[in-house]
Amino acid sequence: MINMAYSEKVMDHFMNPRNVGSLEDANGVGTVGNAKCGDIMKIYLKVKNNVIEDVKFKTFGCGAAIATSSIATELVKGKNIYDALKITNKAVMEALDGLPPVKIHCSCLAEEALHAAILDYAQKNMKADEFNKLKEKLKTKK
Amino acid sequence: MVYFDNAATTKLDKNVLESMLPYLTDSYGNPSSIYKLAQENRIAIENARSSIASIFNAKPNEIYFTSGGTESDNWALKCIAQAYQKKGKHIITSSIEHHAVLHSCKYLESQGFRVTYLPVDKDGLIDLEKLKESICDDTILISIIFANNEIGTIQPIEEIGKIAHEHNIIFHTDAVQAVGSVAIDVEKMNIDAMSLSAHKFYGPKGIGALYLRKNVKIMPFMDGGAQEFSKRGGTENVPGIIGMAKALEIAYKNLDENNIFLTKLRDKLIENILKNVPHCRLNGHRYKRLPNNVNISFEFIEGESLLLLLDSKGFFASSGSACTSGSLDPSHVLLAIGLPHEIAHGSLRITLGKYNTSKEVDSFLTELPEIIKRLRDMSPLYDEYLKNNLG
Ligand SMILES: Cc1ncc(COP(=O)(O)O)c(C=O)c1O
Ligand code: FES
Repeated sequence: MINMAYSEKVMDHFMNPRNVGSLEDANGVGTVGNAKCGDIMKIYLKVKNNVIEDVKFKTFGCGAAIATSSIATELVKGKNIYDALKITNKAVMEALDGLPPVKIHCSCLAEEALHAAILDYAQKNMKADEFNKLKEKLKTKK
Repeated sequence: MVYFDNAATTKLDKNVLESMLPYLTDSYGNPSSIYKLAQENRIAIENARSSIASIFNAKPNEIYFTSGGTESDNWALKCIAQAYQKKGKHIITSSIEHHAVLHSCKYLESQGFRVTYLPVDKDGLIDLEKLKESICDDTILISIIFANNEIGTIQPIEEIGKIAHEHNIIFHTDAVQAVGSVAIDVEKMNIDAMSLSAHKFYGPKGIGALYLRKNVKIMPFMDGGAQEFSKRGGTENVPGIIGMAKALEIAYKNLDENNIFLTKLRDKLIENILKNVPHCRLNGHRYKRLPNNVNISFEFIEGESLLLLLDSKGFFASSGSACTSGSLDPSHVLLAIGLPHEIAHGSLRITLGKYNTSKEVDSFLTELPEIIKRLRDMSPLYDEYLKNNLG
């Protein structure tokens, strides 16, 4: 069975996903699609003074996609956006005790959705020069 | 646990196991040797061959034992093509074949053959007119899957065979999913070559057969000893052959009774799900389908998550979702019947078997709507749908 390939952590986050849902008063929203298999992830952020106060997600995808969304929201909750941006798909995978090789791309989806949501917040709420600096930072990281 | 994946494989029938046991223990002689211990096995194999042949109205020397469906398909496609390549280099198949046929065709293309992949309609049926139109002067082989392993659609095999024969073309069918569920007469249905695999009808894994009409030429696939009329070398899988013959005998003895039972469960599943779960559709033909196959796409959700949640409730099924495929491509069969990627994504295949019960179907029907709802509540696509449709 498929779940044999998933760690207990993955199965836990899949069966009991944290922070599922949407936020009416979100001020940063990121939606990304996975070119590889066609899945979609959406992350909602409520940021105050650059700190992520609340976060929710909705995901159309496999067990790994749902589990990585779930853990990613846990990892960023309460962090300031600069620290949140440092969270990579690698960190997400490690937090889940690993993923099967064919599922690594699903964890990239979580990283990308998170970045997209933070950038959305930044664009709407930061001064232009601050936003551009943030964008540059992301670019050089890639 | 509830096993709903009988198209993947089936549970070995106890009577089949019993028929095999002597050949896994005391009757270990090599059928090619000449002493008694061996010759008894030779006789047992030839009896099995006769018994299998009679089920399909074939002759015993038209049945070749192989290691299963994949080998039979590879052998038929590659080695019939090879035997007739002087006559022509064109092959016709469908776009919904099993990979054993499709990838054999890809190989043949790399060897200079031309292959036409016939499209199918929304129910998964090929168009006989298109088949006729695609025949060329140098067409040597038509290979069409008897019943599809994903959506269960059964092709008009007799008519396809008739068209092939009118044009003097050899007709092969991958009947791996049909054997054991459909009555097959190779004479009446104009079949020249047919692949079957024992583990799909409660027989053992790793044993199958190729039916090949007497006057049809084929090159050997396995060079070796003189086994299988010098066409397929290798010491025979004696217990497998005996088990396959027994499994076929049981399947065809109880065919009608079994099919009535399976069709009833199948139709209950289809009707109940389509009625009680919004935003879903049946894949494959409503009636021209295997008695045990249910394939339904649920919008806004992805198949692997669905399988995992079903697994957590003890139901084992399968899906054509890209996320379950290993290659991350959605099922070519679901795309061929015209499903957009995201709908192919949410497909669920339930394939029933003789060991399933009406109670299992009922408990599945109780659990399913809740599971679908849970995944939809998590889905951004469902959100979007609600937003667009509820103002
Ligand atoms: C239609 C079809 N053809 C071929 C095969 C391959 O059979 P086997 O697993 O015995 O090699 C299968 C089994 O999955 C099948 O469903
Ligand atoms: S989201 Fe498709 S494989 Fe993970």
